[in-house]
Parts: sequence; structure tokens; C-alpha cells
Amino acid sequence: MAASETDQPEATIPLEVFRYRPEQGDEPTFEHYDVPYREDWVVLDALNHVKDQIDGTLSYRWSCRMGVCGSCGMMVNGEPKLTCAAFLRDYYPEVIRVEPLNYFPVIRDLVINMDDFLHKLTEVKAWLVPKEEKPVSQGEYLQTPAELAHYKQFSMCINCMLCYSACPVYGQHPEFLGPAAIALAQRYNLDSRDGAADARADVIFSDEGIWDCTFVGDCTRVCPKNVDPAGAIQQAKVAATKDWYRSVLVPWGNK
Amino acid sequence: MEFQKHDILIIGGGGAGLRAAIAIGEENPNLSVGVISKVYPMRSHTVSAEGGVAAVIKANDSLDDHAYDTISGADWLADQDAVEALVNEAPGELIQLEHWGCPWSREPDGSVAVRPFGGMKIERTWYAADKTGFHMLHTLFQTALKYNNVTRYDEWFATRLLVHDGCCQGVAALELRSGQIRAIAGKGTVLCTGGAGRIFPFTTNAAIKTGDGMALAYRAGVPLKDMEFVQYHPTGLPGTGILITEASRSEGGILINKQGDRYLQDYDLGQPLDIQDPRHPQKRTMELGPRDRLSQAFVKEGQEARTIEGPYGDYVHLDIRHLGEKKINKKLPFVRELCRNYVGIDPVHELIPVRPVIHYCMGGVHTNIEGETPLPGLFAAGECACVSINGANRLGSNSLTELLVFGARAARAAVRFGAQAGDVAVEEIIALADQEQRRIRERFFQPKGGTETIAGLRGELTHTMESGAGIYRSEESLRASCDKIRELKQRFNQIELADHSLTFNTELTTALELEYMLDISEALAHSALARTESRGSHQRTDYPDRDDQRFLKHSLAYRSDDDPCIEYLDVVITRWPPGERVYGSK
Amino acid sequence: MSDNTTGTKTKEYIRPMPANWWMMKKTFVLFIVRELTCVFVGGYALFLLVLVARRDQPEAFAAWLNSPLLIVLQIIALPMLLYHSITWINLTPKVMVVWRGEERVSPLLIAGANYVAWAIISIVILSISCP
Repeated sequence: MAASETDQPEATIPLEVFRYRPEQGDEPTFEHYDVPYREDWVVLDALNHVKDQIDGTLSYRWSCRMGVCGSCGMMVNGEPKLTCAAFLRDYYPEVIRVEPLNYFPVIRDLVINMDDFLHKLTEVKAWLVPKEEKPVSQGEYLQTPAELAHYKQFSMCINCMLCYSACPVYGQHPEFLGPAAIALAQRYNLDSRDGAADARADVIFSDEGIWDCTFVGDCTRVCPKNVDPAGAIQQAKVAATKDWYRSVLVPWGNK
Repeated sequence: MEFQKHDILIIGGGGAGLRAAIAIGEENPNLSVGVISKVYPMRSHTVSAEGGVAAVIKANDSLDDHAYDTISGADWLADQDAVEALVNEAPGELIQLEHWGCPWSREPDGSVAVRPFGGMKIERTWYAADKTGFHMLHTLFQTALKYNNVTRYDEWFATRLLVHDGCCQGVAALELRSGQIRAIAGKGTVLCTGGAGRIFPFTTNAAIKTGDGMALAYRAGVPLKDMEFVQYHPTGLPGTGILITEASRSEGGILINKQGDRYLQDYDLGQPLDIQDPRHPQKRTMELGPRDRLSQAFVKEGQEARTIEGPYGDYVHLDIRHLGEKKINKKLPFVRELCRNYVGIDPVHELIPVRPVIHYCMGGVHTNIEGETPLPGLFAAGECACVSINGANRLGSNSLTELLVFGARAARAAVRFGAQAGDVAVEEIIALADQEQRRIRERFFQPKGGTETIAGLRGELTHTMESGAGIYRSEESLRASCDKIRELKQRFNQIELADHSLTFNTELTTALELEYMLDISEALAHSALARTESRGSHQRTDYPDRDDQRFLKHSLAYRSDDDPCIEYLDVVITRWPPGERVYGSK
Repeated sequence: MSDNTTGTKTKEYIRPMPANWWMMKKTFVLFIVRELTCVFVGGYALFLLVLVARRDQPEAFAAWLNSPLLIVLQIIALPMLLYHSITWINLTPKVMVVWRGEERVSPLLIAGANYVAWAIISIVILSISCP
């Protein structure tokens, strides 16, 4: 990214960055870098400056730099953030501490292992299973704007995993399905075209599913896309409870 | 050396790659597929597409109209048989995607909604608010999770195509996590690696768009077609280059210069209607003209000092205030979010600063309409391929369509090829991959006292591309770029890495990407130098007219030890003889 | 799609979650306080049981209620129970989603409706028990 050139001495902002190089040692360290301070720079710009100009050995993930690919999630001063959306001006002139996302194993520097999350996406069957089959030749399933609105919010998840890093339950109990996986399951459960809510129920209405959630609500607070995973989970709890009552009071009823 | 084998390999996990994988998952569940991507698939650049995807679905539209808009938009450089295949298969593909769960925006009666888009006479652009690419990619990714015959190689970086006996039999890929290069064999390999916008300094493209697959094919002797044609999207944010979707103009947004005038009316794009007029915006007119013409108009305005100066170059304003808060929140919520976050303005009340930024490569790996490249066993689809659908200029919302139609086609062609191909020559493939591992270790991990930096060379490369091969080019500017690129390729040998580790070494991958970018830039600059005419997005100040007699042909750039050799291939004309591109009529 | 089967295991670093995790962020502290208020809800349930059990000894019960220990408990319990009710009422919009066409009924309305119901029930109970 180009920047304007000035003749004045550059203002700088200090960064403390978590480093972990498995081939060089067992323990992580923090490295200090002073980077130029620009009003419109984000933390990601600062990291790129470090890598390009100061220390090429720093590893981290990034791609779109506009908050839609979900690659660049890291802890910034203890809060999970997309570094492409965390502006230096909100921290200046204090030091910015950058660490890998909480509650995930660290592969290297700021890169975490997210295999667990991808595995859970498959577990919750995060895809559409149509209620009725319809050949393509007969056109689209009809879905009114109101029906679309019912699940739209939960479909906005960019899989950035900030919510997992904000969830103390996941931190202590990594078997917990977690906010994004359950929100995505709800996205399909509430899609008027979908018919697999029962199939997902076994996975989601379980101890590792919604019942592990104690509604701390931090996942919703940190979500950069306003998906509201906490809301998704509590709504799933209501749905599960209703299902249970129905099965107890009307055991002969078909669902 | 550890070795993996599949029937079909797909390199790249974006829209085209995932569509290809699903095609095989659905139609050939007994075949094993490996999807090799240097990032997790949901990070692929398809995710950033905003405006929409084109297919004929409404009663007032026709396949011929879609074809004509595309062909004329391409300034007649598109292969018409390919365009016909695209428009024919597009509706079915989009309905299929809807059946897989894509949350298309709807009409009140529940049917799919469409919006107008640049260069198109009739509305046919399906959309999912203004995050169409995001929803398409996530729908494809989540659907692909269903198939047990598809294995993903997430964060594996392809470094070389493994060609034996004149046939592509696999790929050597670096597993980022371990730093090991492994051979992955496949009877058919489909490149779906996207474009190369990062060779320019200001681009809507993500960091990963470095032309990897194009360079891999180029190095394997496959020509790159029409590389000189790169599209500047008229409305990117200055500095960051972040995309402000064309949909903001579909919904009625207007472009105004320093004086507050709708300047496009001076550039043969028709006459403006009042923004309150119910017929505004008129299709194929003014702000809904084709992207190349809008970007060129910007440059001309700048030459007349009618653009506004800013810290990141000059810009004009995009005005969507008259759309109102409700419409903006419903149809353009992401635009509002981007403006607030990255420019600090609220487009409901303020003007958006925009300028043309590099967005798309019309050129790419030469394929036929089945997605086959001249190298047996190698196929390509999506932005990395050039079929050619988009010719000299792409219409907005056609590229997402291309991903689906040609992703599926290339997969099917690969399957057909694999069915009659012999077994992969495992020993030879492993030997080639071993060689590749040694090459990389020797080249990048031995200390040599190198003096060049990756960022330094990259900066010089992007600078020369913008100055020599930008919106307007000349023989002088292009020769300067060709010379510079030649020099940079030499200087690349002086690059030394600070990071010699194996685990997740992104300095190594950045260096490899720069090497790909140099190849792509070379092909582009030389193809542009050789094309002495102006057509679509390739504008020569020294040859300002279109020359169908000499140049109704695709350029083919072949790699050599010296400069690339440029050859030519006739464009396929079926039912639409070359004519004039006319916008703003009626 | 099978998971990434290559799964080369590298030496990863696991950061332990500190025992005082709940003190590290304001939102976590408030969460723990909210959870602790449930103790007082449970305490109130016990209180109701005692009330029913001692329904035939109103003076003895009233005397017990006025003992210093019980007064202190009630002074602590009231704000705890108020905090409990307010936090949970404020969270009901997350759980109760009411749609009007394409729009959700405003969360303020939902929470507001709960406050109104709370107020009405309180007034009714007070007017019955304190004529």
C-alpha cells in the first residue's frame, strides 16, 4: 500500500508480537518492533511493514484486507480482532500486543491450528439438505424475502473464529461445538428449503453442543459480522426444549 | 518422499475449484479428487466479489441478448462458441447453486431477483445483497463438505507441475505446515488458481492473487492467452484499492468529477437522466457502461484536471446519497460498512472517493471451450484460464458465472481424459518432485549474501506495471516495462531469505509468489507491446484504433529462455460479426 | 469431504487457560457475577419453602425475618435478585425472536414488554399482600 511521503520525522507506534518458532525452541517469546504510525493504517498494515522491512521471519495469515475472508484473526491487546479492521489510531500511542487467537494450538508465530473448527463444520452437517427434491429444470425453490430474513444473519459468518477465542467454555472444554458451528447449523435449520433439522439435532442438542453454552455472550460481542452466534445458540435451546416437550406430551405425533 | 495419488487434482479452492470438485463428487463418486489450495478454501478471493452473477432467467431476457452483450462488451475478442456455452449453461448452474442453498435475494413472490449491471441491455444479474461472491463461495464450500471422495489439501502451495511423457501427471506442492515438498499425482489436473492483480500496486485483489497457476502452466510450456487485457474496475477506494461494487451504480449511483458534473456524458456513453427519473439508471448508458470505458474516462478527466487530488492519487466521487438509507441498508449494506471503516465516511450522507484500480485478468492459461489446455492432462477454469469468454473486456457479473460453468466443464473434461489415460508414472513423478524440493532448498535456503529484498523488488515491479502497462500504454512505456521486468528477473536471483525454517515459512511462499508475478508480468508486457491496436481494456496512445484486419486474434505468449514468443490465434466468430461497440443509445 | 488427511503433526504450542481467566475481562467478571446471583435465586426458593412450612406461625416467622442475620441477607439479596432479573430480561430478545414480515420486532420492545409484565405482576402481588 502506498503512503504519502513527508519530510517530518515519522511518528511510530510500538508493537509487541508473539513469536513461536518450533524448530528453535519450545517456548514462545515476544519481539518488539517500532512501526510507522499512519492514521489510516490497520494492525495488519503494521505487521506487513514488519515483514517487508524489518523481520521477514514473522508468519501470519492474511488475504483480502477488507474483512470478508476471515484469515487475519489475532488477539490485539487481549481482544480477538480481525487485524485488517483494527485501526492503529484506536491504540496510538500505546503499545499494541499482537498474539495468536486464544484457545487454539499455535503452529508458528501468529498462525493457529484450525483443524478442529473445520471438523466441526462437517459434524453439524453445515450444508442444505432440501426438504423436497426438485430437479433443476423446474427452477428455483421459492423463498420469500421474509423467509430469507429468518436465517440471513446466521449466514454471514466468515469463519474467522474470533468467537471461539472469546468463548471461555471452548477454552476449557475444546469438545464444545462452539459458536460459529452452531450458528451455521441454525442457518440451515431455519432455511425454509432445508429438511435436516432432525438430523442435526443429534449433534447439536447434545452436551458438546448447545447445552455446553452458558450464555457468556462474548462471542456475539466480538463477532465482526454481527452474526450473533449467542442468539443462535439460545434460540436452538428453545427449539430443543420445545421438541422435548412435544416428544414427551405427544409421543405418538410424527415430526 | 511421501506421495499422494488421486484420479483428478484441482489446484485452487475458490469458486471454480470447488465447483469442479462438486461436479466430480456428484457425477463420479467413485473417483478420488484432491483439492490443493494454498489457503483454506473459504479464504479464496471469490469471497470478495460483491455485485452479482449473470444468467438469463426473466421473461424479458434472452440467451442471444446475454451473448451479444458479452461479445460486444469484449470488443469482439471473445470466442463466440464459448460465450454461447456460457449463456446456455448459466441459468442451470445458478439454479443448481440455489438448490445447494445459496441465499439469493428474492422478489416478493419468492422467485430469484435480478439487477441491472454494466454493459448489459437487460437485467440478468442475480445477487445475494452485495456479498454475492461470499455467499456463493460459502455455499460451494459447505456443499463440498458432503462428498467423501474429495480430499482437501489445505495450505499446500503448488510449486511445479509434474510433466512426464508429454503429459501432466501431477503437481509438486509445499505443505506449509511441515515445509516438505510432496508429489501429488493425478491423471488430470485442473488449474483454478485465479488471477494476478497483485502485479499492480493498486488493486481490489487479495494478497493471494499472484498468478500462481498461470505461471505454473507457462513454465510447463502452455501459452498464456490475451495477457495484455487487464481490467481496471472504475470504483475502488483510493489507497487500499478496496472494491466498491458496480451494484452501487446498478442501484442508481452516479459518478461526478471535481466540478460536481456527471462527466461520463462526454465520453460516448449516452446522456444522463435525472436521478429522480424512474428510468434511471439506464442500461448500457452512463454509469452502467462497460468498465474499460469508464476507467478510460477517468484518465481523460484527470488529464483535464477535473479529478480531485488526494494523498493516494487523484479520484472522483461516487454519489449514492439519493438512494436513501433504507435502500442502502437493504441492497448495499457492505458498501456502507466498507466506507465507514476504511474511509470514515457514511455514504448515506457523504460522497465516496473512488478511482480505477486493477480488478481482473481477462487473459490466462489458454484453454478450449471444454477447459482443456494444449498440454494433455492439464485443464484450467476461472480467472486463471482464458477460454475466451471475456475477450478484451469483461462485463461485470460474468466472471462468477464463468467459475460455475467452466469449473464444471473443466472437471468433466479432466474426468473424460483420466478415463482413457494410463496409470501415472509414479517413480518418475516422485523423482521430479524430489528435484523440485532440492531446487527450492538450494535456491532459497543457502546463505549467499544476497542484497535484494522481496518487498523491494515487488514494489519496483508493481510500479513499472502501473506506469508502463496501465490504462493507457505506448510503445515507449511498454518497452520500458519489458526492460525493467527483465532486469528484475535477474535481480531476483539476489534475493536472500531471512527465514530458513520449515514450519509455516511464509517468506518462502512470498518469494515463490514474486517469482510467479515476474513471469506473469513478462507475458503481459510483451503481449501488450506486440498488439499494435487499441481494443477494450488495452489502449495504445500510439495505435488508438481497433484493427480487426490484423488483430481480431488472441495473443499467445510462450515462455522462452529469452523474451516470450508471441503468436496469434483467430477468434471464433459464429453468429455475431464484428461491429461497433455502442453504448448509451436509445 | 474428508478432513485434511495429511495432518502432519508439528510441535505445536498450547497456551494454558489461566485459573483466573474470569478476572481478565470486564465481560467475564460481569458474567460470573450474573451466574453467582443464581445462588440467591436458589436461596429465595428455600425461603419460600420455609414460608410455606411456617404458614401457621406468622409472628414467629416475622420475628425471624427481622433478626439481624436475615436483615443482612435481605439487604444483599435484593440488589442481587434485581441484577439477576435485569440482566436476564435484557437478554430475552436474543432468545425470543418475533418476526413481522422481513423485520424483527425491535429488541427494545421485547425487553420492554418483559419489564412491563414484571411491573404488573409486582403491583398485583403487592396489592394482594399489603391491602
